[in-house]
Amino acid sequence: MRERAEIRLLPDGRRLYMHDGPIDVILEAFGTTSQIISAYDAAANRFVSVLDELCGELWILRQPLTADSRRPAGTVAKRMATAVAPYAARTFITPMAAVAGAVAEEILAAMTGAAHLERAYVNDGGDIALHLEPSQQFVVGMIDRPDRASLFGTAVLEATQPVRGIATSGWRGRSFSLGIADAVTVLADQAAMADAAATIIANAVDLPEHPNVFRVRARDVAPDNDLGDHLVTQGVGDLTAQEIGTALGGGETLARTLLTEGFIRAAALHLRGQTRIVGFPLHSNTLGNHAGDRSLVHA
Amino acid sequence: MPDDDAIRCDACPVLCYIKPGRLGACDRYGNRDGQLVRVDPHVVLDRALARGASVVPFLEREQEWDGNIVGAPKTFVTAIGAGTTYPDYKPAPFIISSEVEGVDMVTVVTEGIFSYCGVKVKIDTDRHLGPECNLVRAQGEAVGHVTTGEYGSQMLSLGGVRHLTGGSRREGTVTCNTLLNLCNGKAVELKVDEGAAVVVQAGKPPIIDDVLEERMRVGCGSATIGMFAKQWYGKVDEVVVVDDHITGVLSEHQAGKLLGVPETGIKIKGRRSTPGRYFQVAEPGTAWGGTNIEDPLAILEPFKAKMAWPGLRLLMVSTTGEHHAYFELDEKLRPVSKDLPATLSESVARIKENCEPALCTVLFMGGAGGSLRAGVTENPVRLTHSVRDALTRVTCGGAPVYIWPGGGITFMVDVSRMPENAFGYVPTPALVAPIEFTLKLQDYADLGGYMDHVRALASIMPEEGHRHVSARPDNPWPLYPAKTPESQS
Repeated sequence: MRERAEIRLLPDGRRLYMHDGPIDVILEAFGTTSQIISAYDAAANRFVSVLDELCGELWILRQPLTADSRRPAGTVAKRMATAVAPYAARTFITPMAAVAGAVAEEILAAMTGAAHLERAYVNDGGDIALHLEPSQQFVVGMIDRPDRASLFGTAVLEATQPVRGIATSGWRGRSFSLGIADAVTVLADQAAMADAAATIIANAVDLPEHPNVFRVRARDVAPDNDLGDHLVTQGVGDLTAQEIGTALGGGETLARTLLTEGFIRAAALHLRGQTRIVGFPLHSNTLGNHAGDRSLVHA
Repeated sequence: MPDDDAIRCDACPVLCYIKPGRLGACDRYGNRDGQLVRVDPHVVLDRALARGASVVPFLEREQEWDGNIVGAPKTFVTAIGAGTTYPDYKPAPFIISSEVEGVDMVTVVTEGIFSYCGVKVKIDTDRHLGPECNLVRAQGEAVGHVTTGEYGSQMLSLGGVRHLTGGSRREGTVTCNTLLNLCNGKAVELKVDEGAAVVVQAGKPPIIDDVLEERMRVGCGSATIGMFAKQWYGKVDEVVVVDDHITGVLSEHQAGKLLGVPETGIKIKGRRSTPGRYFQVAEPGTAWGGTNIEDPLAILEPFKAKMAWPGLRLLMVSTTGEHHAYFELDEKLRPVSKDLPATLSESVARIKENCEPALCTVLFMGGAGGSLRAGVTENPVRLTHSVRDALTRVTCGGAPVYIWPGGGITFMVDVSRMPENAFGYVPTPALVAPIEFTLKLQDYADLGGYMDHVRALASIMPEEGHRHVSARPDNPWPLYPAKTPESQS
């Protein structure tokens, strides 16, 4: 039974919630009332066919991107392929690595194309596309464990900065990860770019062959997953502080490379209470009152 | 690719293969012992989404079948929670076939998004709620207006596209919320400009300026005189039935004349209509008989000395019997308040007894536009024709509707006959109401229906995530075949 897309205002009367299959989007637009209405209508109109479009090309999107692989045709799918293309030569990646960011971008584009908005965000399961008019800003709260909502810091994003996309990846999230990062949050110029970069940086936070990292073949858990025979992380046991540092170091090195190459603007990498910050605008003001939550993870 | 023990989920086009004990990509559907089950939504979202579980409720008939239809299915799928066809070119969420009387019936189930919709509220009261055409507000926002006064009731018209989308964002949101609450049977406080504050809840008595309205008036003042003249005759010399509309006076009224009630020299303020009937004895209000008077003597001029007599017995009563007072004239022909004699209290009680309980009733009214119809058939106007020709039965959450004649499919439904919380909303703002179209399978094919989407009722029965509710015995069973034009004539 094909369920229908669900589109509702959240109880606060401001944010729009849209759900279709595995896609969950929460968005909010700021501006005049009539413009907000136009933007929400445009978002809803665009959203209802996104999943069907993606699924029509799913077999292409699940293949690793190579020089001669078939390029997808849909607008969201193209955003995905474009976002992962820079990494295809250096690592295993499929367009699916950028699906959430690409959907967020697409919905945001529909909104800003239909209405004049002061600012807007489209949050697709933690991967966020932003719109900022001059002199506007967003304050973004960050969590270090997607399965526990406790802020470890905030980032203020100004319109003068180029950042319009935020994405987080880690093995505890909804998608599989090849690495062991609790969370890698990336700021980039676009959401799909951020999504793809967060995915490969999180994969690079790793301790290959470590006996305390429990991995399984992706296909043994989810037969049709794009990661196929790759080993995905299912659990992480005790790690020494040095091991944590080594793992984070691998991710940090990649993040600095991507920063230098201009693919990302900033990244925050988390593993077992240790954090590495790469790039400019992050104010990682550790919030003391959340220390209790984090002490569960031994540092 | 599929493993032997993985099952394919068809809840969405991703079509995940899910291993036992695992969830699909959505974290909503899982494989439990080889069965596809819907699990609790993602907990983070669960908190955010307080309302609106995506379930498909059923109406399940509890009472014995009356034999009208042999072998008719006892389950009817309503559109509540079915989802919508937005943006309309997709087939309706559920197109279900079931056999009734050997004829394959199809019910097309969808939730319609109605930006052109409103509610008509009937408030049983004689109290003055406010001048006709004045705005009705909720939370300070204009959500509708006072329309006609009907017999013993005041009508309000709330919602409509101008308040939903024609005003400010807040006006639209408050209007949508007001309609939603009224349609879902919740109490709503309304304030009429230059009028009363009314708490309205479908199927409940209105509360007007903090006073619970218990009874409808038995009739206007004149009608009350006519109904009770015989019971008063001989027990009292004069009766005035105070009413904002028509105040009645026994001795002058035709009913009193026919009984031979002598003239009493009473003089009523206000404009005399016909003998014994007076308009505008006072201003409209929420006191005696829907007027603003607290002291009934305020509507009387001094008695005419030539006709009145000391000891004259006068009963003043409102049209609901709720207010009453008894007087006798002293030597100077001034009314003096006395206890109501037992012989008269009976007639006052009878007036009360003949007043029906005052209720608020809420009718949802909406137009099924071209877009919604496209979810039913590729040729939307044929659906309209089919409804017009009574080949297609329209129900709203399983409840019967009245189809307003003329163009389009504009229908009204008594929200109290629908299952609980049948309505939802979208941020347009607009109301989401269930709507079901039931017709013969052949007719559905003829009007260009989505035949390849028709599913057998049995095929959706065993699935989880359905809420079963009892059918209301006073609603006609939705699958009862719609009348053909021949059988109507």
